[in-house]
Amino acid sequence: MKKIEAIIRKSKFSEVKKALHEIGVNFFSYWDVTGLGNEKTGHVYRGVSYSTSDIQRRYLSIVVNDDFAETTVQAIIKSASTGDVGDGKIFVSDVTECYRIRTGEKGGETLK
Amino acid sequence: MEILTINNVWMMICTALVFFMHLGFALLEIGLTRQKNTLNILFKNVFIVTIGLLLYCLVGFNLMYPGEFNGFFGFAGFGLDSPLTADGGLDLAYNEGYTYWTDFLFQGMFAATAATIVSGAVAERMKIVPFMIFAIIYVGFVYPVAGSWKWGGGFLDGLGFYDFAGSTLVHSVGGWAAVVAVCLLGPRIGKFKDGKPQAIPGHNIPLATAGVLILWLGWFGFNGGSVLSADPALTSLTLVTTCLAAAAGGVVCMLVSTAMYKNLDLTMFLNGILGGLVGITAGADQMSPTDAIIIGAIAGAIIVFAVSFVDKLRLDDPVGAIAVHLICGIWGTLAVGLFGNLAGMDQFVSQLIGVACYAAFCITTSFIIIYTLKKTIGIRVSEREELEGLDAHEHGMDAYPDFRLNEH
Repeated sequence: MKKIEAIIRKSKFSEVKKALHEIGVNFFSYWDVTGLGNEKTGHVYRGVSYSTSDIQRRYLSIVVNDDFAETTVQAIIKSASTGDVGDGKIFVSDVTECYRIRTGEKGGETLK
Repeated sequence: MEILTINNVWMMICTALVFFMHLGFALLEIGLTRQKNTLNILFKNVFIVTIGLLLYCLVGFNLMYPGEFNGFFGFAGFGLDSPLTADGGLDLAYNEGYTYWTDFLFQGMFAATAATIVSGAVAERMKIVPFMIFAIIYVGFVYPVAGSWKWGGGFLDGLGFYDFAGSTLVHSVGGWAAVVAVCLLGPRIGKFKDGKPQAIPGHNIPLATAGVLILWLGWFGFNGGSVLSADPALTSLTLVTTCLAAAAGGVVCMLVSTAMYKNLDLTMFLNGILGGLVGITAGADQMSPTDAIIIGAIAGAIIVFAVSFVDKLRLDDPVGAIAVHLICGIWGTLAVGLFGNLAGMDQFVSQLIGVACYAAFCITTSFIIIYTLKKTIGIRVSEREELEGLDAHEHGMDAYPDFRLNEH
């Protein structure tokens, strides 16, 4: 099993969600995150200009079976890309076990 | 009798509108400051309204309107003392515009405003207890004594000084104390880096906007009620000049700040509206609509330069109280000598004398109060308290327990 973590633009979230649903990924978690990056945004407040490197993004965490990981990653890349700097990152890591709390069963079946 | 009833009803409506301004001030102040200090600012505003009314009942009203007095200081005794007729009812011959009770409450609602202006300027770094002590002395003693010089029939009234609804008597009185307090307090941590002003954005611009529009509504009562009757020609003219000055102040401030800083800054737009309102307040019943637009427009332009001027002086005024209330208050007071029915050299000189007298009195009294507090109990919170927020340390509470607090 693989855990796919993706940091994407908030504005791309609905497209990514749709793309994941289309390939059959129906369950995943997400939350809003603030990060730091190279991108600077200029602001002016009451005559004082300042820039902030705080970046608002959405963080998705998806656990899938091994044979499905590449499909999922490609779906995210395709749907979350704008071609500009700041489109985000995807991390893939191994997951050793998975349990379904309701029944106590474990293994890849619980992800389906 | 019927005329008195109509007049009195209008004055009570205006009283309620002026009361509503305290909500406007509270929302504006919390909107332009950071989330971690919200509860502290609301606490100060609620304290000022409540203690202000009680003090005005106890001493303020009789200090401000002592009847016959030497022109500088008079006191007609503690508490309220309503005039009675022979059979024990309220003597309605008190005034043709309002009853004794309305007079007290309308003036009482004004009284607290001066300290509220200071609350915004010292936000995010002043200890609450010394602020409360300052507010008690300023609202209970300084404001009514200063007010008696003009509205109570004192020496400035005799000199021909004119201040219709308080560009000087209310706004500059608060503004001068704000300058003194800001000087003695010092800037917030992070406001000036290597001498350069830094932006500390407010946390809730929608609330600040609501606050300013509520203040504008409240000004219908602030200026409209200062006619002191429901005189149809004067009240309606006053509302027209008030609103036109507010609109002109906002639009010009928006244009000038956009031209200077290349961005459409809503907080400047909002300060411009307030600058226009403060500017027209001294002569709202003396101006034609055109005069009002000019006065408001100039006030709006002044705001942009005043905000950056205050920054240049390394004074940290989070909500722009000094620019709005002091500088536009002075402008509005002087404008009575330049525009409208009273315009003329003599009037202008009277206005200058008035501004100078209030400056001297307010700077001296507020300096004595705040300096004494600084040397005794201290006026500034510790660095840690300031960084973590006054809500947590002065009150042990959060204004928004369910919202995440950002680190800045």
